[in-house]
Amino acid sequence: MSVVRHGFLGALAPGHRDRLLTFAREACFPAETRVFEEAGAADRFWLIRSGLVALDIHVPGRRAAVVETLGEGDLLGWSWMFEPYRWHLGARCHAAVTAYEFDAEPVRLACAEDPAFGLAVTRCVAEVIARRLKATRTRLLDLYGFPGGGTP
Amino acid sequence: MTVPVPYRVVAHRVDTPDTATIVLEPADAALPPFAPGQFAMVYAFGVGDIPLSVCDIDGPRLAHTVRTVGAVSGALHDVRIGRTVGVRGPFGTGWELSEAEGRDLVVVAGGIGLAPLRPLVLAALATPERYRRLNVLIGGRTPDDLLYCGEPWQAAAGVRVTVDRAGPAWTGEVGLVTTLIDRADFEPPRTAAFICGPEPMIRATAADLVHRGVDPDRIRVSLERTMHCGTGHCGHCQLGPLLLCRDGPVVGWTRAEPLLMVREL
Ligand SMILES: Cc1cc2nc3c(=O)[nH]c(=O)nc-3n(C[C@H](O)[C@H](O)[C@H](O)COP(=O)(O)OP(=O)(O)OC[C@H]3O[C@@H](n4cnc5c(N)ncnc54)[C@H](O)[C@@H]3O)c2cc1C
Repeated sequence: MSVVRHGFLGALAPGHRDRLLTFAREACFPAETRVFEEAGAADRFWLIRSGLVALDIHVPGRRAAVVETLGEGDLLGWSWMFEPYRWHLGARCHAAVTAYEFDAEPVRLACAEDPAFGLAVTRCVAEVIARRLKATRTRLLDLYGFPGGGTP
Repeated sequence: MTVPVPYRVVAHRVDTPDTATIVLEPADAALPPFAPGQFAMVYAFGVGDIPLSVCDIDGPRLAHTVRTVGAVSGALHDVRIGRTVGVRGPFGTGWELSEAEGRDLVVVAGGIGLAPLRPLVLAALATPERYRRLNVLIGGRTPDDLLYCGEPWQAAAGVRVTVDRAGPAWTGEVGLVTTLIDRADFEPPRTAAFICGPEPMIRATAADLVHRGVDPDRIRVSLERTMHCGTGHCGHCQLGPLLLCRDGPVVGWTRAEPLLMVREL
């Protein structure tokens, strides 16, 4: 399954991957479901197996602005790993989604009890954050906009 | 090749708010055939000439997608059907798709960078038996800026599209084009990749593909520098040891990467 070959799980060594998957249960969300809300308790996370999830930010007086979408193989949610364990974005399913769902607390506990496992998982989450930060910075350049800004 | 040959504008289509595609037919003798990835110097009489990639090659007919950024591109964007423009070419290196036979193809386009990749995708679709899987990944600024929407080859190639910014009506992907690489279907050691877009996008995409295990020698990128003569004489398009109008615009990543890392070049 490609969700295991690459994406978040693909970056984990097989032993750590199998251990993480012992915490997983299968989850399905119909299209349009809101998976979590900005500022809500980040007590779970997901690995997307199929479908598309939009991360959004609430803007008063407007429809939530989509800042990024996540798909097959992607980690949905990392706020569960760092205090104060609150979502800093909202998440809505663009299309029906299947995912592995994890409760955050037992995974955090396992990470604390087994430093090798904890380091591997933390490293993978950090890599996801670093990649998203890099992509966001590149998008900030407005690469495809008019050269030098403004309009022709 | 150094004197502009007259071509008549036989079709004009507005693609996006700042981009149009013009189709040209030789008024008299045609230029030698163009290959995907090559470019022409197109002259708007009385204004000047600029390099434009071919986005379609149909016998002696040429098509160019032009984005308005200044005087010459603006004049060619607004040119009317029936008018004559001057064309020199073909110039530069092509994508050399034939070297990718038997491989998975990953084609990554950012913005107007899709124009030179369009004939490459059409060529791959015309001879599917020669290649394994075809992945076409497209990044754009907003949904309104996406090129060639609804053209049949987009469905045939199963293109994946992402935009930097989207309004509420958009139900597709939002994010940098590199995010699509994770979801593409290819076997890195057996992949040939073709990239065109703004330089930071090319660098990020090539780095991701190499990270995934694609051989840098199998990645070809199309680079842009100001071009003038088109024949490797004037030196305007120099990038280190390369004169991009002659040694490019399509260059192997192994050759391009160290040059792009030098700020002064
Ligand atoms: C090999 C090659 C193939 C190309 N193919 C296409 C194509 O198919 N379609 C297309 O629309 N454009 C293409 N371009 C870019 C196009 O040639 C330039 O946009 C054009 O030369 C600008 O000339 P101008 O007189 O309209 O604008 P200018 O007055 O020269 O410039 C106006 C503004 O645009 C900026 N600019 C100029 N050239 C570029 C450039 N190459 N990239 C980004 N910003 C630039 C300038 O810095 C300035 O801010 C290609 C360039 C090369 C080198």
